[in-house]
Amino acid sequence: MTTNAKPKFAMYWAASCGGCEIAVLNTHEKILDVDANFDVAFWPVAMDAKYKDVEAMEDGSILLTLFNGSIRNDENEHIAKLLRQKSKLLVAFGSCACEGCIPGLANLSPVGDIVHTAFNTITTDNPHEIYPRTSFDVPEGELHIPTLAPILRPLEQVVDVDYYMPGCPPESHQIAAVIDLVIKVVKGEAELPPKGAVIGAGDSTVCDECPRARNVKLIKQFTRIQDIAPIDPSLCILEQGIPCNGPATRSGCNARCPQAGAQCIGCYGPAEGVLDYGARLVTAFASVIDAQEPEEIDRILDGIPDPTGQVYRFNLAGSLMKANANAFKVKG
Amino acid sequence: MTQRISIDPITRLEGHGKIEIFLDDKGEVANSYFQIPELRGFERFVVGRPIEEMPLLTNRICGVCPEAHHMAAAKATDAVYHVDPPRTAKMLRELLYSAFYCTDHTTHFYALGGPDFVMGPDAPVAERNILGVIHKVGLEIGGKVIQMRKYGHTVVEMIGGRKIHPCTSIPGGITKGITEEQRKEIEEMGRWAIGFAQFSLQVFNDIVLGNKGYVDLILGSVYTHRTYYMGLVDENNKVNFYDGKVRVVDPNGKEFVKYAPHEYMNHIAEHVEPWTYLKFPYLKNVGWKGFVDGEKSGIYMATPLSRLNASDGMATPLAQAEYEKFYATLGGKPVHQRLATHWARLIELLYAAERWLELVTDPEITSPNIHTKPTQVPTEGIGIVEAPRGTLTHHYWTDERGVVTRANLIVGTTNNYAPIQMSTHKAATSLIHNGQVTEGLLNMVEMAFRAYDPCFGCATHSLPGQMPLQVTIHDSAGKPIEVLKQYC
Repeated sequence: MTTNAKPKFAMYWAASCGGCEIAVLNTHEKILDVDANFDVAFWPVAMDAKYKDVEAMEDGSILLTLFNGSIRNDENEHIAKLLRQKSKLLVAFGSCACEGCIPGLANLSPVGDIVHTAFNTITTDNPHEIYPRTSFDVPEGELHIPTLAPILRPLEQVVDVDYYMPGCPPESHQIAAVIDLVIKVVKGEAELPPKGAVIGAGDSTVCDECPRARNVKLIKQFTRIQDIAPIDPSLCILEQGIPCNGPATRSGCNARCPQAGAQCIGCYGPAEGVLDYGARLVTAFASVIDAQEPEEIDRILDGIPDPTGQVYRFNLAGSLMKANANAFKVKG
Repeated sequence: MTQRISIDPITRLEGHGKIEIFLDDKGEVANSYFQIPELRGFERFVVGRPIEEMPLLTNRICGVCPEAHHMAAAKATDAVYHVDPPRTAKMLRELLYSAFYCTDHTTHFYALGGPDFVMGPDAPVAERNILGVIHKVGLEIGGKVIQMRKYGHTVVEMIGGRKIHPCTSIPGGITKGITEEQRKEIEEMGRWAIGFAQFSLQVFNDIVLGNKGYVDLILGSVYTHRTYYMGLVDENNKVNFYDGKVRVVDPNGKEFVKYAPHEYMNHIAEHVEPWTYLKFPYLKNVGWKGFVDGEKSGIYMATPLSRLNASDGMATPLAQAEYEKFYATLGGKPVHQRLATHWARLIELLYAAERWLELVTDPEITSPNIHTKPTQVPTEGIGIVEAPRGTLTHHYWTDERGVVTRANLIVGTTNNYAPIQMSTHKAATSLIHNGQVTEGLLNMVEMAFRAYDPCFGCATHSLPGQMPLQVTIHDSAGKPIEVLKQYC
């Protein structure tokens, strides 16, 4: 049997930080399993990335594409559509592709503000208000750079997605488990999960895998970690008054941050069955507040200095609100 | 009639960095442009967020060096609250950071930059990679490289809570300490790391310094620029990655300025060009003179080589001996040859491993005193560390609740944007004549910027140093007439 008979695998990064790729590399020997069982057709970080070759491939000829990063500009969008066309199974890999991640917070501002801020910082020498231009004439010819989109979008807002693998980045042991599963599927030893499933994660919440003790204790005020650190090592962080995102966040990381004395910041996205991450989290916070009077409740809630960022930190671009989505005229 | 050559690493980076070269009617290089086509806008969207989240949010600028952003941001949050963390907290942060440096420098030397030397720049493309290195140096080296990366990540996770995007540094210190059991484990790994660093320097010595052709390549003029050099130094002007003052030396090696983090905006400014999304930092008090080197141009470099140039030595004994050998071999300070950066990186690897051991054997490292509660009203703060790819500055302003109102970030690779533009331009100019583009151009240009270990994950999104190129030569009508490809 030639290597051509093996199913094709691809991995790609759009607007991302590179952490997803590092997480995959950190599976160490699993990479060799991928190599043994797949024909790696396209993986910029690990091999020759034959972009032109991808264009030349038959539609659907790549069995599995792990797509990390979000859609920030027209170039990201173009490649997302190309890989969708060429792939049987397209996985939104990591928080950026699943829900927009931290860079999705950019959707709270018009894109013009973002560029204006970056090019008018305290150290920027820009008296003539020069900004990057997608097309610019230099004496020798014309130069081009991609156009920033009005909003940042997760993958599913641009193309159809088969599976979602959350995490910022996905934990390496979860990646290894998914690689094992896909290899079994290829060998006919296992079935694929239903389309649209979340893979490489748990189906409960971070709280459910957190070893900290919950005593159904109510709080009189929210506090900030620097004001009470180091926190009690064995007690629920939310019950110590620190807004912890565990109650709304999908399990799968082994409650890594709470175990290190820090609050969950929500990088695994909405837990199973949660329609809107922020709404669920607000409910969870409300449930620990020890007050009846509206004024008192308001005072306690004021202890959360950035409610929007707190409850949509990783999820803003993928939330029900889909901030500024109307700014986009997305065709069907 | 103008010819146009696009060196477009779209095959590996998909537009996260590309070079456009224009030829004049004689076929000589008229000009070249290194373009960065991406912007995510962290400086805008961190506004409105609580200051203690900065070490968590800005991690996501770069998944390759999140530890650097975590540390710079954490130090800035200390400064915002005017709080000095306990000694143990600072040592734990630096210990994490030293282990991270060992991992990061190892990856670059063995997988990214080193193969050019170990295999030789003329070796077949298929051999100029980590596998080629293993074949040449011996199979056991592959296992050692993996072991070093694993050990580094293990320490990052023990202290930082996670392997990627650590979460434990907060204003005033750190959220958790280490146990004596963990300390012993980290010490054992640190001792191993020193041996690994020495072994790596020996590899460099045997294979590179033992080969006159390689030494000539390092010392050749194609990769030489006389610029200013920047690096963080301790009170004895020794290299430090975590703390100290920023020292800048001029192209003759003379101290130009030494500034504390809070003074950075008196010394650094950023130039804007409309054809790229990235800015070009320069020394404000020298001025922006365009893409030229020399004493009158404010362009500076911030890399392992520049840190060695900007310092008076290394703070640990084994690394200091290597530092002395480095300058004795290359003809004194400063060294302007960019390819010497690879050697400098290994000397830093040894320093990081020695520092790792120093910190983990300090009697106070397991102290439970790891946090100082902030008591003052938060205002404004600046944190500076040395990222592996250059001096990293985070600057935040907050309201009285400690909510960010404004931010400024000058990240590692960005410092080197102008030098990279100059180096790639020089390599292109040296190689392209009479309109003839040789295959050799590809690797020569690639080596020009690989020496900087550019991390456009910080500036944009790529992994460091990996820039396979696609050169497309266009005729005057813009039609591609020839395509050359090369990959790492």
